[in-house]
Amino acid sequence: MTPTKTDLAKALADTGYIADDGLAMALVLTEMLKRPLLLEGEAGVGKTEVAKALARLHETDLIRLQCYEGLDRSDAIYEWNYQRQLLAIKAHEGSGESAAQIEDAIFSEKYLLERPLLAAIRRERPPVLLIDEIDRADEEFEAFLLEILSDFQVSIPEMGTIEARSVPRVVLTSNGTRELSDALRRRCLYHYVDYPTPDREARILLSRVEGLDAALALQVAQLMGTLRKEDLAKVPGVAETIDWATALLGLGTRNLHEDRELVFETLSCVLKTREDSTRVTREVADRLLGRVA
Amino acid sequence: MAFAAPRALHTIETRDDLGAALRLRLAGFLHSLRDSGFKVGLAESRDALSLLLSPQAASARDLKAGFRALFCGRLSDWRAFDEIFDAYWLDRGVKGVIKTSGTSTKTGGKTLREMAEQQGTRRDTLANDVDRQPGEEDEPQDEEATGRREGASLAENLERVDFRKISDPEQLEAAHALAERLARAMRVRLTRRDRQMRKGPRLDLRRTIRRSIAQGGTPLSLVRKGPREKQLRLVILLDASGSMSNYTGVFTRFVHGLLDSFREAEAFLFHTRLVHVSAALKERNAGRALDRLGLMAQGVGGGTKIGEALTQFNAWHAARVIHSRTCVIILSDGYDTGEPERMGREMAALRRRCKRIVWLNPLIGWDGYEPVTGGMVAALHHVDLFAPAHNLASLAALEPYLATL
Repeated sequence: MTPTKTDLAKALADTGYIADDGLAMALVLTEMLKRPLLLEGEAGVGKTEVAKALARLHETDLIRLQCYEGLDRSDAIYEWNYQRQLLAIKAHEGSGESAAQIEDAIFSEKYLLERPLLAAIRRERPPVLLIDEIDRADEEFEAFLLEILSDFQVSIPEMGTIEARSVPRVVLTSNGTRELSDALRRRCLYHYVDYPTPDREARILLSRVEGLDAALALQVAQLMGTLRKEDLAKVPGVAETIDWATALLGLGTRNLHEDRELVFETLSCVLKTREDSTRVTREVADRLLGRVA
Repeated sequence: MAFAAPRALHTIETRDDLGAALRLRLAGFLHSLRDSGFKVGLAESRDALSLLLSPQAASARDLKAGFRALFCGRLSDWRAFDEIFDAYWLDRGVKGVIKTSGTSTKTGGKTLREMAEQQGTRRDTLANDVDRQPGEEDEPQDEEATGRREGASLAENLERVDFRKISDPEQLEAAHALAERLARAMRVRLTRRDRQMRKGPRLDLRRTIRRSIAQGGTPLSLVRKGPREKQLRLVILLDASGSMSNYTGVFTRFVHGLLDSFREAEAFLFHTRLVHVSAALKERNAGRALDRLGLMAQGVGGGTKIGEALTQFNAWHAARVIHSRTCVIILSDGYDTGEPERMGREMAALRRRCKRIVWLNPLIGWDGYEPVTGGMVAALHHVDLFAPAHNLASLAALEPYLATL
């Protein structure tokens, strides 16, 4: 039975992820239609966190495949354990077995190394499979990923086809460094993860930073909201907000307006390039602070 | 079923009719999505139907969120979706639709049954209205119709424009074709060079062992592998302003050839603003590609704002089209009507991202040319290769340089 949207959002909140309405619905649909979910959005908006929260929610493993340029079958699906195979060949040498028998022996389950994609379909309990930054992998990889995502089986030439024991929940993330193929996009449900609204960001802060009071959380979230509208080279993400709130809390701030000096000095938590830190001068910081309740 | 209770009896009698009406409505919706450039297949319609019939989509808001996740494939879809959905299902943002009397005006929380009843009767008119909605810019049919007209006139223009000294049209056509062949030949030679470079610092154990079985497990012949070469990507920024008109034709053909044969190449055209033209130039037929290009390049022949075009490029396209092995080729005479400081700043930003910037300037071929215009001087600091491009030989000279990248 598929959970309803509200139940799912609530359960996610219990694991520490505050989902917005659209995302909760998209997650309900992944359950219902058994389709992978493609998450796009700027860096630092919490795309990867969705998969982690999903794994916590279902009390199952998170299997992560970090994509990079040049990622291929042997890193993503399976690989033979060559060292053991070499030893086995040597051990079989005196036994008088035929070449075919030796071949059968060394290309068996025992010598197979599982990589994330194969591991994900062979678990008894369906895991959450996170394919991170799929846009960094090559187009060729996208093609065989598509094959696995539609059939949930892997064929190994030396051994035969391995069927899925369980169908994993699949989450793909992309930063948009490369255009993904239409085929992959069609296969997946899509959700664009935007920067959170101040309200949601404040709730995220409250669930993530222990001991933070609601008023300060809202102030920090509002300031981040206005800061993101400035013309910055690297727009700070949610992780930066959490860092900053933790820092402010550690330094004993109660109210941003009382500690203007400190606010300016700790901006290094959120501004990560030289241009940005020179652009946000004390005047700019004060102006932004002026818009915070 | 999550349909409204008050008319339960009625519902039971007409369950089949309702199902059919819904199905038709859904088909109409898919149709308007496809018209707006969404990639929606049969699997999506099946899933959409099962969502429609499930209790999850009891309110219009939930249905919208669900459909959005299901039908959108990219950010542009995501942004356009709400408007299309509202227009089709909720009757909002549509001009010229006569409301039937008694239609509920409340927007949220409508049940499906209400929606189906309310609109099922006049789906045809509505579907047409959705296409005509203001603010929804991609209307493929209209675009094609006007495109053919304007494209043709511009293509004529491009042909009339000459390579400065060649005036015979046949000669000019030959020059165009040659430029295109040149671009293709460059690709062939570059890849061959790539393959020879692969020496392989590491052992490929997988293949080595596979081969060793035939020799009883003794790895006699070793197989090696090395990092795969990242392909060189070309990003071309072509100046189509009035001052460049003598060269635009031949350059466009050159760029068409490059795009057609390089797997990784992107082209942009700029005058007072920047247009992404890769899709138009991927058309195999050169004539048709130029037609499509003509449509996109309205405003060709006006002034140039290179600095502004570069700002747009850096802000919107650079992150996506540039990777570590990218060569940016700018084809321009450097006559800029914007501020030189801005150009310098944007060139510096571009320089940080890509491997090389090549500036091809047709004026270098002229006698006594010095790059003294403000913008050109500012840009020159950041350019790796500043080369002439006034004839075919100068374009061919680009190849050895690209081969070293």
